[in-house]
Amino acid sequence: MYSSSDLRKGLKIVIDSEPYIITDFEFSKPGKGQALYRCKLKNMLTGYTMDRTYRSGDKFEPANLNEVRMQYLYQDGDGFHFMNMATYEQIDMTEGQVGDAKNFLKENMEVAILFFNETPISIDLPNFVELEVVDAPPGIKGDTATGATKPVTLDTGYTIQVPLFIEEGDILKIDTRTGQYVERKKR
Amino acid sequence: MWRGRKDSLCLEIRAMIVETIRAFLKDRGYLEVFTPLLTIAPAPEPHIEHFKADDHYLISSPELNIKRLIADTGIKKAFQISPVFRKSERGKFHNPEFTMLEWYEVGRDYVDLMDQCEGLINYILSQIKDSSIPFTPAVMPPISCRRLSIKDAFSVASGWIPKSPVDEARFDKDLVEKIEPRLNEWGTGVFLYDWPKERASLARVKRDEQGDLVAERVEFYLNGIEVANGFSELIDPVEQRKRFLRDNTMGYPLPEEFLSSLARLPECAGMAIGIERLHMAIAGEDNIDNVLTFPFETA
Repeated sequence: MYSSSDLRKGLKIVIDSEPYIITDFEFSKPGKGQALYRCKLKNMLTGYTMDRTYRSGDKFEPANLNEVRMQYLYQDGDGFHFMNMATYEQIDMTEGQVGDAKNFLKENMEVAILFFNETPISIDLPNFVELEVVDAPPGIKGDTATGATKPVTLDTGYTIQVPLFIEEGDILKIDTRTGQYVERKKR
Repeated sequence: MWRGRKDSLCLEIRAMIVETIRAFLKDRGYLEVFTPLLTIAPAPEPHIEHFKADDHYLISSPELNIKRLIADTGIKKAFQISPVFRKSERGKFHNPEFTMLEWYEVGRDYVDLMDQCEGLINYILSQIKDSSIPFTPAVMPPISCRRLSIKDAFSVASGWIPKSPVDEARFDKDLVEKIEPRLNEWGTGVFLYDWPKERASLARVKRDEQGDLVAERVEFYLNGIEVANGFSELIDPVEQRKRFLRDNTMGYPLPEEFLSSLARLPECAGMAIGIERLHMAIAGEDNIDNVLTFPFETA
């Protein structure tokens, strides 16, 4: 268990059976009073944020979180399937659990999955992935205005704005943190 | 590592604050005193933990020893500027070692302290403003000051009126969550006075207009930051011993030397200003580390 004096920014604790991360922390001792620990907390499952004030003597359960290297296998009606690369054990995640990561998941891709107890709660993707363009409208001839873009669809189903010269079949480098096009790798 | 060349400005501001305090108090006849930082018996106040150093303790305030001096020497006006130490207090507004100004004057009470404090703050600000230091204070003299009783502040900001015996957990929580965020709206300087009597370890207690027991104590907030605390001093050794016994949850040795001098202490009032907090308020800083040379972890 953690005590109030362990509280600090970045600490992960359990409140009402859910994991929270402390995003802001302030020690306070108003007017010769007792020590108060003011926290901004973010629910790691829902993203919901809240303010809580704790006192000396309060106790906190550490959130049991660990990251596991996994390989993405495939998606089907049951969700997204991954395999633990050490134990070959398989898990599935729902579309909600996978979140925006679904835009960048390619079969056989290695990712880090964060577990809270036995529940997978988020996916840490490589910063850059290479995805294939499966549908692209033709570039409009003569339109060479700098910065002009068009939408294309990638093999994950993700639609992205790219420069006009991109064609179907191109392999593109994508920044998974911003979701944006970086460069064309090859045809 | 030192934060960088440009921050040497904060050293100049700090030096200027301390110099102007000395000048202000010396001009008004206060004697600067130098009481010890190591003591055999610290003040057993609630919620204050002392560092132990062999068979002594580092002081959390020079209060007891200054009062002994006044009681036993007949000095009427005294002040001390020195480091003080409070274990386990660390945050954006706390460093376990900080610097305290304390001044005491015989024949005064906590209402006089508000006038003295306002005068001192305005003097410091105007001296800095007119100095050659290339710096504009975040607060300008003369500051607009508001004086509010704790009861009035709570009734406006938190919708209840703390009366003794007060629910201290609720009181503290509302103080930080509801009162402190309103301070800037009330004034650049805010005095909160007449605290519930539970919040008086060394202060005189009286009945307020509604007949409730309150401590003759005042806290001063500058630019939203708690910078000073003062009170009409309790001079009754029997009552003082009772309070020490009530509050001594840490089991410190009782300050017997102080208690025996207290019988000779004339009516007086004293106020303490945290110099780093004052520096923060003047410079508009929101983290004490920005006004320390070296924070606790790297000192």
